[in-house]
Amino acid sequence: MAINWFKYSAPSTFYALAGKLIPWFAVSAAMLFAVGLYIGFFVAPVDYQQGEFYRIIFIHVPASILSMFLYLVMAAYAALGLIFNTRLSAMMATAIAPTGALFAFISLWTGALWGKPMWGAWWVWDARLTSELILLFLYLGYMALHSSIDDPRRADRASALLAIVGSVNVPIIYFSVKWWNTLHQGSTIKFSGTSMHVAMQQAMFITLAACWLYAIAVVLARVRSIILEREHQTKWVAELSEVRT
Amino acid sequence: MTGLDIWMRENPLTYVWLGSYVVALLIFAVEIVLVRHKRKLTLEQIRLLREAGEED
Repeated sequence: MAINWFKYSAPSTFYALAGKLIPWFAVSAAMLFAVGLYIGFFVAPVDYQQGEFYRIIFIHVPASILSMFLYLVMAAYAALGLIFNTRLSAMMATAIAPTGALFAFISLWTGALWGKPMWGAWWVWDARLTSELILLFLYLGYMALHSSIDDPRRADRASALLAIVGSVNVPIIYFSVKWWNTLHQGSTIKFSGTSMHVAMQQAMFITLAACWLYAIAVVLARVRSIILEREHQTKWVAELSEVRT
Repeated sequence: MTGLDIWMRENPLTYVWLGSYVVALLIFAVEIVLVRHKRKLTLEQIRLLREAGEED
């Protein structure tokens, strides 16, 4: 049976679909967080060089990956909205930005907490750290620009340009540890293999999946409010049970 | 070495938990509360607009 994906690009159908999906994503995220943290703290062994401090990676790495990936997803939605003038794409981009910014903040915060015992400094102007800080500023800039323009469609177009131009920063963050001589370590997990203990890998990938599911749940919940806000004059919103009660 | 440096080396797990996981979970909790609050406000606003429209 073929699925008509275009059907879900309409805010009315997407609103209902998102409402059904949110609890599944939220519950799965909570369960995976619990499992990931259990493995990370009770199963994974102590690192022979970093001691217990390495356990920050079970939140730091997923937060960093999410902050970069969410930016690309946000820019892709913004581009779709700009090119095809689709309402839902722009709404999705707007809904992703705050969650992406929070993940960028968590990445920087936990990185600083790891840096102090390992490097002896909370912060260094290293290429990886600085480009991640720029990513946080790009998220904040996107949100500030969007909220500074009263007309939502004009706000979508203006902020979409910033999102698209800013996406150039994501490969810079990713490759910074290869392009420059940085204090931040390179990738531990490569296609050629890894020296990480299997329990450490499991904990990291499970918390990464949990962060993904959490981000999807929160973004879907936020976009439902944005849809209601923007479509409040339509008949389908007036007929919603939550609006009538 | 400052007092914090000594404390973090003596209590690495507490430092990791309080510093990163508790902070991250608090951030997630605040985000969830804000999203739910925003939905409540939006629904209230729409109901008020509808009521105002019906009165007209």
